Amino acid sequence: MDKPSDNKAWLLVLPAFLLVVFTAIIPMMTVVNYSVQDTFGNNQFFWNGVGWYKELLDPSTELGGRFYTSLGRNLIFSAIILAIEIPLGIVVALSMPREGWSVAACLVIMALPLLIPWNVVGTIWQIFGRSDIGLLGAALNGVGLNYNYVANPLDAWATIIVMDVWHWTSLVALLCYAGLKSIPEAYYQAARIDGASRWAVFRAIQLPKMHRVLLIAVLLRFMDSFMIYTEPFVVTGGGPGNSTTFLSIEVVKIALGQFDLGKAAALSLVYNLVILIVCWVFYTVMTGSRSRPHVLGGSS
Amino acid sequence: MARIDLVDIGHSYAGSDAPEVSHAVKPMSLTWRQGGAYALLGPSGCGKTTLLNIISGIVVPSRGRILFNERDVTSLSTQARNIAQVFQFPVIYDTMTVAQNLAFPLKNRRVPPREIEARVGEIAELLDLTDVLGRKAVGLTADVKQKISLGRGLVRSDVAAILFDEPLTVIDPHLKWQLRSKLKALHRALDVTMIYVTHDQTEAMTFADTVVVMHDGRIMQSGTPAELFERPEHTFVGHFIGSPGMNVLPAEISGREARVAGHTIAMVKSYPTLAANARAELGVRPEFVRLAAPGCGLPVHVERIDNLGRVRIARLRVGDLKLVATVPRGLELTGAASVVFDPARVHVYAESRLVAGAD
Amino acid sequence: MSITLANVSRVVGGVAHIRNVSLELERRTLNVLLGPTLSGKTSMMRLLAGLDAPTEGRVLENGQDVTGAHVRSRSVAMVYQQFINYPTLTVFENIASPLRVQRRRKKEVEERVRNAARLLKLEPFLDRLPLELSGGQQQRTAIARALVKDADLVLLDEPLANLDYKLREELREELPRVFENSGAVFVYATTEPSEALLLGGNTACLRMGEIVQFGRTIDIYNRPSSLYAAEVFSDPPINRIAITLAGGKVTFPCGDTRPARGQLTQLADGRYTLAFRAHQLTFGDNTDQSYPFCGKVLLSEITGSESYVHVVWAGTQWVSVAPGVHNLLPGMTLVVAVDPREAFVFDETGRLAAAPPPASGRG
Repeated sequence: MDKPSDNKAWLLVLPAFLLVVFTAIIPMMTVVNYSVQDTFGNNQFFWNGVGWYKELLDPSTELGGRFYTSLGRNLIFSAIILAIEIPLGIVVALSMPREGWSVAACLVIMALPLLIPWNVVGTIWQIFGRSDIGLLGAALNGVGLNYNYVANPLDAWATIIVMDVWHWTSLVALLCYAGLKSIPEAYYQAARIDGASRWAVFRAIQLPKMHRVLLIAVLLRFMDSFMIYTEPFVVTGGGPGNSTTFLSIEVVKIALGQFDLGKAAALSLVYNLVILIVCWVFYTVMTGSRSRPHVLGGSS
Repeated sequence: MARIDLVDIGHSYAGSDAPEVSHAVKPMSLTWRQGGAYALLGPSGCGKTTLLNIISGIVVPSRGRILFNERDVTSLSTQARNIAQVFQFPVIYDTMTVAQNLAFPLKNRRVPPREIEARVGEIAELLDLTDVLGRKAVGLTADVKQKISLGRGLVRSDVAAILFDEPLTVIDPHLKWQLRSKLKALHRALDVTMIYVTHDQTEAMTFADTVVVMHDGRIMQSGTPAELFERPEHTFVGHFIGSPGMNVLPAEISGREARVAGHTIAMVKSYPTLAANARAELGVRPEFVRLAAPGCGLPVHVERIDNLGRVRIARLRVGDLKLVATVPRGLELTGAASVVFDPARVHVYAESRLVAGAD
Repeated sequence: MSITLANVSRVVGGVAHIRNVSLELERRTLNVLLGPTLSGKTSMMRLLAGLDAPTEGRVLENGQDVTGAHVRSRSVAMVYQQFINYPTLTVFENIASPLRVQRRRKKEVEERVRNAARLLKLEPFLDRLPLELSGGQQQRTAIARALVKDADLVLLDEPLANLDYKLREELREELPRVFENSGAVFVYATTEPSEALLLGGNTACLRMGEIVQFGRTIDIYNRPSSLYAAEVFSDPPINRIAITLAGGKVTFPCGDTRPARGQLTQLADGRYTLAFRAHQLTFGDNTDQSYPFCGKVLLSEITGSESYVHVVWAGTQWVSVAPGVHNLLPGMTLVVAVDPREAFVFDETGRLAAAPPPASGRG
């Protein structure tokens, strides 16, 4: 449908527009500027052109090496997260009640983890997992497992993954729940009449109808997990060693640790580009499957 | 195949202790003969869908029992009752082809694959679906989808009854004809009990051998289409059946005469059970009201004659009362005219119920 | 005011929803858009209203170009298939809402709302909320709201489709009276030919986004310009036979020949389709001019007032409707006949070659 064109509307948008310019566009342009310079932030700029980019993309250099390893970590992390959270979210959504008083209670409980500020989430798990005073850490060590996320990279990864699952599975569950609720009752009745088992009902009715919602859930979770920063930073700070240094943490290390603003700027821009490309791919896939022609039987 | 008995069935969505006035289905007993073609006809909210859902098991009635072939199934689930239901909107499994859709109920019962294939082929041919068996069900038109829904019910050879809940709602008029006559032909061929819920009296009358007219949770009348048309036992039935419905005119009956809007009409029967000059209503169908030139009968004023192609309908007024008559072609009348009722087709109603006349 | 569509097309995503349509609608007319689902009725209404802009062609109002002008700047009212009312406002407020937007004076609002309510028999319900009313009453509220605006163009998109059969009948009877009091252009979309005939006025037969015929409803019924228009306008579906005309003789698919009668005598030799409506296929009282066919009964559907008999002849299926109860058993042989003087003849391209004169007995 063609939207109405009303020029007065631009005036209403102006304040928001100016705000975005100052908080986003100008700083972004500054970063672009830095990425083509060699600078330590002390107002001394040496032109570097595409130097940082070339170094970045060359795995044999130190910068390039760090970039590719961190990128790899991000990809593995996102893959694991998606593999766990999506099926888990679906299972949770299927188990949630669909009518009665328990619906409201369930929804509130599911929403709670999503409302907690991210660095608080990180802090919770940081303390929770400590092998001396943390409930989880102490319990695991008490049982005999040698659990120490500060020293052991595998434990650090496990902690971060469990933390993310705890934090974000609710989102997938709530999205799937909304998708499930939109299925008309007649479908379930027909399936019952056809003698379908629970599994058959899931495969034949629920999963196909949740298709669009799942696509959104995957897209959102991928984007967020790929950009992850706060929670792992609070828990492990990127350690032990480099084992949990994701790209975002890498950028911060270079920028604020080494003050190598040029390199950091270039790195962050490339990071941004990678996210954009993957999201664009997902988006095309998503809208591609939606534009399948659908023959209606009702009125038009 | 089953004979279905509803014994003292009643249902209120507010629970079994709720007062009768809130009942969606007021207490009633009904028998559905094995192999019969039934229609449950009535306006929205009359309880027909509730009754259908009670039979299929989707709704557990707040009182009464349901028997299938004398077996009490009131507590059994829909699945266990072995009935098939076709809903208002086509319900098909999107990811499957037509053949897989039809095979679904049999697969769930673990019928051997060869038998499934044979049965699916049989049903597909019965429903003219053979050409589309390999196509994905989701891309087809609504009438084909409804046939698939029906097919899933028929594919089980021991299905007790097939229930239809306003299945032609989303279908185009000329496809409705095909599907409707197909259903009737199927019924003849298969000897399965079919119960069809609708608010469209043409659908009900053309499909069913027995039509059950419901209103406000009660059964008003049950009988063959011809019986309902020729002898409506309640003014509601007279009005609801027939397009346009029966004319109902307030009248005073005494002996063999009725006074309508100040004019006397002679009748074939007398009504001794009514007091002299009792207030009653005269019911006569538009098909039996003959429009004539002024002076031949009850004087009326012609407001409008609508031309519906094969039949013309005159909207008439006598005093404050409205009257409808069917008019044959070629007859043109405007303004003042008169009507004559076919005396054998006039019914008398007291408090909306049919009064039997004496000769 | 008059509204005109001039060579309008609308293509969305590579699919043409409307193809090269030209239509002129005068004020104080009721125009029906008749066609099956997906034939373009809703798309055309949206173009008339200004909700969508055509990809080609122009929309004119009283001769002035309003193509692309948004619906807010036009004078349009619309009634939908789903009863759309403001759920939190009373019936009175619902009907008054367009007038309040126009900032009319209180007295004027009161008067106009009451007039509309009286016209649609809503007076006892003015204080109720829409959800407390029946479907028919809700739709009447929506129609009242559309009328009270006194818009120049009132569009109704299958407004009775969601109503019960009897409610539909009731409203359908009242609508012509409701419409004739207003001076607007009315456009009414429907799939049912009987509705078009009842409403009268003009009808545009639509097929896949094109107008196949436009004219007075009863004229299209009596003289459809194409086989498609005849099909759209028949309920039950129209019956047909493929025939060949040669040297004053008609040859039927089974091989029989009969002498040409009626309009057939005036046509050139060639292949045609003879089309006739259900009530023109008779059994029992055939005239001496009829062509009889020996068919087999498939099914008999009885409504009480009439019976629909489905017969099959030479592989073709026909429907005959006759008044009264005729309980014919399937498999029975039945001689049916059609009087060629009353049938339509369409040529090979589907265009009308001959039609019975409208004043004849059973057209």
